[in-house]
Amino acid sequence: MISLTSPIETAAHHYNAGVKLLILCLVTLVLFFIDNIVFHSLFLLFVVTLYALPGLLFFKSGFKHLKVLWPFILVVGVWHLWTNEIQLGAIIIMRLISAVALANLVTMTTRLSDMIDVVRFLASPLQRFGINTKALEISIALVIRMTPVLISKGQSLSWAWRARTKRRSGWKIILPFTVLALDDADHVAEALRARGGLTTITATTEKP
Amino acid sequence: MEKKIAYIALFAALIAALGLIPKITLTFGVPITAQGLGIMLCGTILGAKRGALAVLLFLLLVAIGLPLLSGGRGGLGLFFSTTGGFLIGWPISAFVTGLIVEKWRSASIGVVATVASVIGGIIVMYIFGIIGMAIVLEKTLLQSAALMTVFIPGDIIKAIIAGLLTSAIAKARPASLLSRQP
Repeated sequence: MISLTSPIETAAHHYNAGVKLLILCLVTLVLFFIDNIVFHSLFLLFVVTLYALPGLLFFKSGFKHLKVLWPFILVVGVWHLWTNEIQLGAIIIMRLISAVALANLVTMTTRLSDMIDVVRFLASPLQRFGINTKALEISIALVIRMTPVLISKGQSLSWAWRARTKRRSGWKIILPFTVLALDDADHVAEALRARGGLTTITATTEKP
Repeated sequence: MEKKIAYIALFAALIAALGLIPKITLTFGVPITAQGLGIMLCGTILGAKRGALAVLLFLLLVAIGLPLLSGGRGGLGLFFSTTGGFLIGWPISAFVTGLIVEKWRSASIGVVATVASVIGGIIVMYIFGIIGMAIVLEKTLLQSAALMTVFIPGDIIKAIIAGLLTSAIAKARPASLLSRQP
């Protein structure tokens, strides 16, 4: 499975993932409390510089992730031109771009394995309350493994449909698709049980 | 335990897979994304708790950078974006949908699943989505709600399809309908 981490190695790839996430949370919080247009312009310039530093290729692929914001920028832009609150509109748009771009930057410079380590670290206090965190880890692995499997099964289903009729399948194809997923879930559950199940995983990791 | 984990993980994978199939165009030309349908099905088939957990698991994987949202989107940025409220509302939406299907057993499963999808999958989800949008875009709740009205017809169709699918699955795989297990 392809993750959204950038293959272009930057210095930020080696920073601690937990620290990056913490900084992101704090900065985003600050962004939402400041209503100064000079601050937001400078901050947006700073974020753009961060994107530009690793080179043109990184900048372009980063920019591609922000394209989802265009419709909202357009709506807010038109809205505030109409109500004549141009400065407020500019602040809202710049803040939106900065916040999303910064979060996207963390995603682009953090490997999936490092992110999963952070999840494991954050989930570890839950063990004290008797919650099985191994179950969380195995679930993450299962989703990553089973998503491509389901996608290829869905593809075979739509080919089978197209081989039989010219009409589009529409929503009807989702029924056999869901049934396939349910059957897979039963098989996976049996396979997990056959390999000792999840209860043994907890038993071996529990402190004596 | 294993069955629970497998169902939660497979439904998280199902939401992801539904996001990757192209937009379904209904006969009268309204395109809908199947991902929202996946959220409703999590509630109607898995029930409140497991449905919400499946959606949470899916969102966790989106947050740590897998491109699983429809259109191959993913990463932390989406949670800070205009539609972030909807993402935060998804698990609660699946929970409410599941809770209604679990508790209301007197009517036929198709009807119950449709009504549950309207309440959980539309009303609850829009409350979160509209609040999120109001915060990010600095609009009033009413103004944000107005921006969202265009999506309501598509979502009502989705809820009806969720009801039809749930009643078909209740016939095809009765043992898999965890929301209606004793």
